[in-house]
Amino acid sequence: MAQKVSVDISRRGGNSLDGAQSCPGCKELLSPGDLSGNSMVCPHCGHHFRMTARQRIELLADPGSWSEIAGNLRSADPLEFFDLRPYPDRLEEAEYETGLSEAMLTGRARMNKMDVIMAVMDFGFMGGSMGSVVGERFWRAAAEAMDTRFPLVVVCASGGARMQEGILSLLQMAKTTCAVELMAEAPIPFVTVLTHPTTGGVMASFATLADVIVAEPGALMCFSGPRVIEQTIKEKLPEDFGLAESNMDHGQVDLIVPRTELKDRLVQILGLLEGGVACALQPLWEEKTRPAGRRGAFAQAFDRIKALANAPWRSSQR
Amino acid sequence: MTELKRLPTLPGVHLKDEITKISQRLKELGRGRHLDKAVWDKVELARHPKRPYTLDYIENMFAGFIELHGDRCYGDDSAIVGGLAAYQGRTLMVIGHQKGRDLASRTKRNFGMPRPEGYRKAQRLMQLADKFGIPVMTLIDTPGAFPGIAAEERGQGSAIANSLLCMARLNVPTVAVIIGEGGSGGALALALTDRVLMLENSVYSVITPEACAAILWKDSSEAHLAAQTLGMTSADLARLEIIDEVLPEPRGGAHRDHAAAARILKDALEEALRELETMNPRLRKKERFEKFRRMGVWKENGLTLF
Ligand SMILES: [Zn+2]
Repeated sequence: MAQKVSVDISRRGGNSLDGAQSCPGCKELLSPGDLSGNSMVCPHCGHHFRMTARQRIELLADPGSWSEIAGNLRSADPLEFFDLRPYPDRLEEAEYETGLSEAMLTGRARMNKMDVIMAVMDFGFMGGSMGSVVGERFWRAAAEAMDTRFPLVVVCASGGARMQEGILSLLQMAKTTCAVELMAEAPIPFVTVLTHPTTGGVMASFATLADVIVAEPGALMCFSGPRVIEQTIKEKLPEDFGLAESNMDHGQVDLIVPRTELKDRLVQILGLLEGGVACALQPLWEEKTRPAGRRGAFAQAFDRIKALANAPWRSSQR
Repeated sequence: MTELKRLPTLPGVHLKDEITKISQRLKELGRGRHLDKAVWDKVELARHPKRPYTLDYIENMFAGFIELHGDRCYGDDSAIVGGLAAYQGRTLMVIGHQKGRDLASRTKRNFGMPRPEGYRKAQRLMQLADKFGIPVMTLIDTPGAFPGIAAEERGQGSAIANSLLCMARLNVPTVAVIIGEGGSGGALALALTDRVLMLENSVYSVITPEACAAILWKDSSEAHLAAQTLGMTSADLARLEIIDEVLPEPRGGAHRDHAAAARILKDALEEALRELETMNPRLRKKERFEKFRRMGVWKENGLTLF
C-alpha cells in the first residue's frame, strides 16, 4: 500500500518558517507569525496547514506535561534496502530535517489536567510512513494506556507503509490492530485524529479502529492515494475526493473538529467515554435455562478437543 | 549504468558520499543480476494465469462446500468467496480471494481485487464461524484491494482494518495460506491468523514491485530490482519469521497439477489444525497476539532487536 504515499502535499503549502507564504486556500500572504500564533491555521480562510509532531504536542498537551515513552527505539535496516539511496541515509536525513527520532512520537501527557497517553505522527519524517518503530511505539503506547488505564489519543498523519522495511512494514497493520483489540477488551477509550494526509496502511489499521474518529477540516483520508486511483480508473477525481468533509458525508468519520477547538473537544469526548456505569453481565448461557441433554457449541468444541487429545495419532506421534 | 548516470542529479550529495554510494550501488547491481532471475521467476509463477485459485482448491479439497454470499450491507463481492465446508468430521469456514480465468470471469472477479463489501462479507462469515466454534481457513491471492472512488466512499480502509480486528478477535483456530499473490493490505486483511502458510512460488509484499519501482526508482521497469530488495518470496518471508511454513509445490509449480497442489495444501492444513485444535483456546489466542506483537525489527538503545 506504499504506493499510496504519492500524496500531493504541495497544494497544501509547506510549513517553512522562513518568510511569508501564500495560503493555498485564499491566496493571502501569511507571515510565519500569523500561522504559528494561530495553530498553523490561516486566520483568513481557516485553511489548516500541516503541523509537525512537536507543534501538535504543544497544541494538545498541557505545558510541561509531556514525557516520552519508547523514545529510545530507532529503525534498523533488516532488508538492507537499497533503491537510489540506502535506507539508513534516508533515515539520517529525516532525523536531521525533522529533529525527530521517527515518524511517531509516543508519551504521557495531560490535556486540561486529564491524564492521557498520546501518539503523534509527523508527515515530515519519511511521509509519516509506518515501519517497525511506529508499530512498536504504538504497541507500547497502548500497553501504557492499559497499565495506567489512561485513554489513548493518536494523531495520525501518514502516507502509508514504510516501503524500505518491505513486508515488515505491512505487518505493522496487524500488530497495531492486535494492540487495538487488547485495548477494546480492557476497555480503554481510544480516539484518533485524522490529519492531512492519513492514507494507506495507517488508514487501514488503527486510524479507523478508534472508538471515536475525529478528522481535521480539509484533511485527505483514504486507503488508496488519489494518483493510484486515477491511474486505475483513468479518470480525473472530483475536487473533494477523500477529504474529511466528503468522508463525513459517506459516514466514515464521527466528527470534524477545527484545530483551534481540537484540544477541548478531545477532552470532552474522552470524559464522556469514561463516564459510563459498570454493567458487567455474566454470560446468559451460564444460567441453567438450557434444555437438558443439549450441549452448546463451546461444550461440543471442548469435547472435540478432548477427543483429539486422546486420538490414536497423538499417542503414536509421542 | 543508467542508474549511475542518474545519481549525480541528486541534490545535496557530497562527492565522497557519492563515491561510496556508487560503489555500493555497483555491489547491489552485481548482487541483483545474480539473484534477479530466481526472484522474478517466482513473481511470474505467483501470477501465472493457470495457477490454481481459491475455488480450485476448494473443489479439490472438500467434498461438500456451501458458498455463502453478501455482506448484508451493500452487496456481494465476487473477488472474495467464502462458505462452509465439511472437512474430516468437522466444519470449516473457508474464505479466499478469487481471480478469474477468462475476460468475463476476470471482470466479474475484478481481477481478485476486493471492495469493502468483500471484506465485510469475510467478517460476517468469520463471526458466524466463531459463534459455532468452526475453524477458519483463508486463502490469499490478490494484487491488492481495489483502488476506486466508490470503494473509498464505502470505507475501504475501515473495511480492511475491521477485517484485521475481526481476525484478531476470533476464538477459533485460524490458518491462512498464501496461494498466489499476497498484495499489500488487501491480502493481509485475511491473514491475521494463528498459522500463516505459504506456497513455495507465492509472493507476499507491502507493494507490487512495479509500483515500488515507479516510486523509488521513478521507473517501473526496475520492478525486478524492487522485487528483490523488497524480499517478497516465501524463503525471504520464512527468514523474517512472517510466515510459519513454506509448502513445496508440484514440480514446475502449482499450475502444472492442481490436484497435487490441493493435496499438499490439505496435508498442511490437517497438520496445522491438529496442532491448533489441541491447544488451550485462551493460550492459542494469546500466542496469536504475541506472534504479531513480535513482528518488526528495530534498535533499542543501539541494539538491534528481532
Ligand atoms: Zn487562507
